[in-house]
Amino acid sequence: MHTNAYFIIIITVALIVLLAIPLGKYIAQVFTSGKWSFDKVFNPIEKTIFKLGGIDTSIEMNWKLQLKALLWMNLIWFLIALFVLMNMSWLPLNPDANPSMSLDLAFNTAVSFITNTNLQHYSGETAMSYLGQMTLMLWQFISAGCGIAIAIYVFKLMSQQQEKISSNFYVLFVKANLRILLPLSIIVASVLVFSGTPMTFNGKDVVASLEGEEMHVSRGPVAAFVAIKQLGTNGGGFFGPNSSHPFENPSLLTNVVENVCILLIPIALVIAFGQLTGRKKHATMIFMTMMVGFIMLLLPAISAEMSGNPLIGQMNIDQQYGNMEGKEVRFGSGPSALWAVSTTCTSNGSVNAMHDSMMPITGLVTLTGMMINGFFGGVGVGFLNFYVFIILAVFVSGLMVGRTPEFLGKKIEPREMKIAVLITLLHPFLILTGSALASYIYMNHPDQTSGWLNNPGYHGYTEMLYEFTSSSANNGSGFEGLGDNTPFWNYACGIVMLLARYLPIMGPVMIAGLLASKKSIPEGPGTLKTDTPTFGVMVFLIIVIVSALSFFPALTLGPIAEHFSIY
Amino acid sequence: MKNELFKGIRITAVCAVIFALIYPVMIWAIAQFSEGNGMGQTITIQSRKHYLNVGQEFTQQGYFHGRPSAVNYNAAGAAGSNKGPSNPDYLKAVEERIQQLLQDNPDMKREDIPADLVTASGSGLDPHISLEAALFQIPRISSHTGIDSNKLHQWISDQVDMQTTGIPAVNVLQLNLEILKEMSHE
Repeated sequence: MHTNAYFIIIITVALIVLLAIPLGKYIAQVFTSGKWSFDKVFNPIEKTIFKLGGIDTSIEMNWKLQLKALLWMNLIWFLIALFVLMNMSWLPLNPDANPSMSLDLAFNTAVSFITNTNLQHYSGETAMSYLGQMTLMLWQFISAGCGIAIAIYVFKLMSQQQEKISSNFYVLFVKANLRILLPLSIIVASVLVFSGTPMTFNGKDVVASLEGEEMHVSRGPVAAFVAIKQLGTNGGGFFGPNSSHPFENPSLLTNVVENVCILLIPIALVIAFGQLTGRKKHATMIFMTMMVGFIMLLLPAISAEMSGNPLIGQMNIDQQYGNMEGKEVRFGSGPSALWAVSTTCTSNGSVNAMHDSMMPITGLVTLTGMMINGFFGGVGVGFLNFYVFIILAVFVSGLMVGRTPEFLGKKIEPREMKIAVLITLLHPFLILTGSALASYIYMNHPDQTSGWLNNPGYHGYTEMLYEFTSSSANNGSGFEGLGDNTPFWNYACGIVMLLARYLPIMGPVMIAGLLASKKSIPEGPGTLKTDTPTFGVMVFLIIVIVSALSFFPALTLGPIAEHFSIY
Repeated sequence: MKNELFKGIRITAVCAVIFALIYPVMIWAIAQFSEGNGMGQTITIQSRKHYLNVGQEFTQQGYFHGRPSAVNYNAAGAAGSNKGPSNPDYLKAVEERIQQLLQDNPDMKREDIPADLVTASGSGLDPHISLEAALFQIPRISSHTGIDSNKLHQWISDQVDMQTTGIPAVNVLQLNLEILKEMSHE
């Protein structure tokens, strides 16, 4: 009897939840110097880092200073990335003699990696030196570390035991990188190297195939890169086809490990929220709402991929293993569907199968996952997105039942609401304007856009919609048929990624900062309870309404129309 | 303002040392204890080195064929086809592959063709085919090589991976190495 695809899927999801709970508790310990924070090991290392970095850890930082530190640091990263990417050809560690990037591609790639998006308009084998790859790997760590740090700061503002958590951005940032991302990456990279993932600084190998043809085999320091790519909701592959490449993801075992890593930290941060704020019932409400949303997106994808393509079915061949175009035999269609939904619900964006070749229903749910971008979401920032939805839900339900809208004892007033609404509207604004602009150019300048689309009709339009959705969700996956290494796509997606990264970080931090400075109102019988299943349903409905109203028309023209043209 | 800028530069430099230098070197050192020393798992047969995980292109009728590849198994430029499920060109290509298979395997029927034999993998380097795809090719290989079909069956059932892959899978290269060994004995 063969291991059932459903069995693999259930085991993977169970593993994710079982591992995320202790990790969440560990994260809470790290930031409160608890019993399990391994201070003896890490404190001396941190001391050295702060000394070399010139950081005075006793300096308190308010929310304005936090954001300032984050933005300055990211600007520096952008400039370094731009320099390295545009000068790779003569810099060291370039055994395959790959070229430097053009300005537009370097802009897109630099923005993409500092914003934790990892949208890739290039293929690593032919466009990257190992120095370039190691530079991008650095951003994969520290951009994720930034997200965790800022989320922990927001937790601190909502916490009842605030004084235990440092308010120094650099302290939070270093702890997140050193005590969470690094140890996990070492574990995962070790699993990968022992499963056959290369980790070498040698260049391409030239061998002869069995039939005597010359074969060039790209290699590199892959294992180290893939581990943090999966853990930090980064998703940028070492090779062009990402984790479908047999070196990045050699077996079903590594596939399960990498899939667990996608969701691990985003879920653990929800647990950590409960621990750090002392509001475990709230954490449960948030976790359940996110999980229900995740599963509701997952089931249709699994069913669509495992039943196969009806147009291929009409050719009377054996499709018992489902839709195999763009998929690897060692994973199969079911686990590939699980990965597709995991990677789009979080802002990971790595793929183990080509999303462009998936069924329209899967295209629909992956797009929806990115449009909501809060069913777990990116490390740190996913929680911030969800926080904005909570604020909206509090306000709307407050109006519905005629109570003053309060969240965690703080009154929500027009100023916070304005920020929340602007942040919520930014995402559809960027996606829809971008897609509309691209469609307009495509229709009116066919001579310049002939290389854009790899598929005709509804599917071709979905390729453009997906690219902007992925950019705005800081996701990074793609309908990779899109010919996207052109100045238009490089600049347009780059600008979208920038706006969609920093504004949705600034907004929630501002809201949390403003709320924290308000007087606490003691809970009374008139207080709206925000930790109940009822309120979870309310948040869920707000999310559905906001995304349905904004995105449904765009989705109708793409995956929904394609679905009805097939079935 | 300036203060945060300099702090940012210094802390980034320290991070670069830890995460872009110490960390990869550490993983590289760990990899030295793994099979293949971090250079990829290989097998050397008749003084030729083969990467076990990287699919190869097989065109001779006496060998098992792998899946279609959008890049002809170019291991220095891997990619999928990225064809959408409703793309007419794609459906035409699949039908042509079916015709080709029926022509190459005259003993087999259309209903026996497993989908993985007519669809391209995501990486273009898929080293595996499904169990059904291997069984499908037995009569052709037997008639071209003279190897008894029971023997081919035996190799497939020896090598088929029932537990650690998403669907029952066989590594095409390893099957073909058996054929190579058998043929060079004769």
